[in-house]
Amino acid sequence: MEFLRPASWEEALAAKAEHPSAVPIAGGTDVMVEINFDHRRPTHLMDLNRVHELHEWEIGDETVRLGASVPYSKIIDELAHELPGLALASHTVGSPQIRNRGSVGGNLGAASPAGDSHPALLAAGAEVEAESVRGTRFIPVEDFYTGVKRNALAEDELIKRVHIKKADGPQQFSKVGTRNAMVIAVCAFGIALHPETRTVRAGIGSAAPTPLRARTAEDFLGAALEEGGLWDSGRTIPPSVAREFAELCSGACNPIDDVRGSAAYRRRAVGVMARRTLGWVWESYRATGNGRTTEGGAQCA
Amino acid sequence: MRVTFTVNGRRHEADDVWEGESLLYVLRERMGLPGSKNACEQGECGSCTVRLDGEPVCACLVAAGQVEGREVVTVEGLAEYARERDGSEGRGSTGDLAPVQQAFIDAGAVQCGFCTPGLLVAADELIERNPQPTDADIREALSGNLCRCTGYEKIMDAVRLAAARADDSAPEVV
Ligand SMILES: Cc1cc2nc3c(=O)[nH]c(=O)nc-3n(C[C@H](O)[C@H](O)[C@H](O)COP(=O)(O)OP(=O)(O)OC[C@H]3O[C@@H](n4cnc5c(N)ncnc54)[C@H](O)[C@@H]3O)c2cc1C
Ligand code: FES
Ligand code: FES
Repeated sequence: MEFLRPASWEEALAAKAEHPSAVPIAGGTDVMVEINFDHRRPTHLMDLNRVHELHEWEIGDETVRLGASVPYSKIIDELAHELPGLALASHTVGSPQIRNRGSVGGNLGAASPAGDSHPALLAAGAEVEAESVRGTRFIPVEDFYTGVKRNALAEDELIKRVHIKKADGPQQFSKVGTRNAMVIAVCAFGIALHPETRTVRAGIGSAAPTPLRARTAEDFLGAALEEGGLWDSGRTIPPSVAREFAELCSGACNPIDDVRGSAAYRRRAVGVMARRTLGWVWESYRATGNGRTTEGGAQCA
Repeated sequence: MRVTFTVNGRRHEADDVWEGESLLYVLRERMGLPGSKNACEQGECGSCTVRLDGEPVCACLVAAGQVEGREVVTVEGLAEYARERDGSEGRGSTGDLAPVQQAFIDAGAVQCGFCTPGLLVAADELIERNPQPTDADIREALSGNLCRCTGYEKIMDAVRLAAARADDSAPEVV
């Protein structure tokens, strides 16, 4: 095995082009487990910790440009206002030690269907900035997951940043597991209200081969809120609408039975999380003046 | 490969390090610092917790090569680290032990002791960052550290005690 230590982003891209089988290592919280247990013996391990850009983030007008290696603990401490859903999801990852190292870039690289950042990214709206010596691509996050632990990266590409839409309304994240720390999701759910476009987005984790958006449920809810004039009135969402939304979210799942839970349980739990988190985000929307304010509409539970 | 970094304030060098080796292995097997424990090698137990440039991390999940040129504090250096941070008058510090170590002894928070080094590093960092932690803060900060013996109550007592001793304004409670 060879250990590559690129000192800059350009060096990292060049090294990846030269050694396409090199395994990037950021926080190492996935990679090192595989190496410690002999599940992986890459020819090259490429340390990304020296590449400064990857640890930085920028808050723009519309998006947060999050460096691939920014650890979860920084997202929780510094970006909960702009990215409330991702901050909530980050807080459920592993333990403080894991959150100090683990990153969204690593979560995307691993592309586990159970990765906790995925439902939050899907709900907020995000693009993955993938770069190689050949150039840069912006991949909508819903197209990034291509299979169980597979993603859309070419073998010479690295993730530079994730461009995540700043919250324009309340967001929530919910995760089912056996306890409050150190839990791989049995299933997870992220929801974001987007009052500016009068849309709702929902992301589901660990209930299909890839993380996915519940598009039919999103469209149904968007139409129901519009028709009922609820974005303006801020009235309570009729229980029948919430129920239908939950059922459509359940229906979007394509889960398996495994040690963490059965397919039937996952489907049911996703529906329950959908209904509950919808209730939470709608309550905060109502509480913040029906979203007529664009500032401070997001709330972190 | 050769790896050079600072451990507990001193420069250490290790040769013939395998590229896939963890920081934990290098500390224990190459640098003669077996304080950080190896139990799971998958980030679950926290017994290998050290500080890397100040942050508590699982040493078993950091590749040795990633630590080149950086600073590590292990349980072996905790007393000195605490002394430098708190000054020699730091309350609750006695001789060779950091206040948090003394508190673990006084509260009876050590049984087999396997989890203790990781818990000490994590607890010390908590009190540094948050001198008056609530019980919820303590539970959260220690949620990555498993203990098979104590049932955690005495560990909670120890951290409360260390925090109370460090807080000059608070009355001493044992
Ligand atoms: C004890 C424990 C608990 C955990 N709990 C959770 C949890 O609750 N929720 C959760 O989602 N995950 C959890 N994980 C998994 C892991 O922490 C996350 O997936 C984390 O986001 C990985 O980030 P990292 O920076 O450590 O990635 P690494 O381990 O460094 O890398 C992961 C993968 O991404 C690739 N990669 C990294 N950076 C890039 C890049 N810039 N470009 C291209 N590829 C890249 C790597 O090659 C590798 O394939 C846990 C892990 C452990 C050990
Ligand atoms: S040995 Fe590192 S967390 Fe268990
Ligand atoms: S004292 Fe034995 S594991 Fe904690």
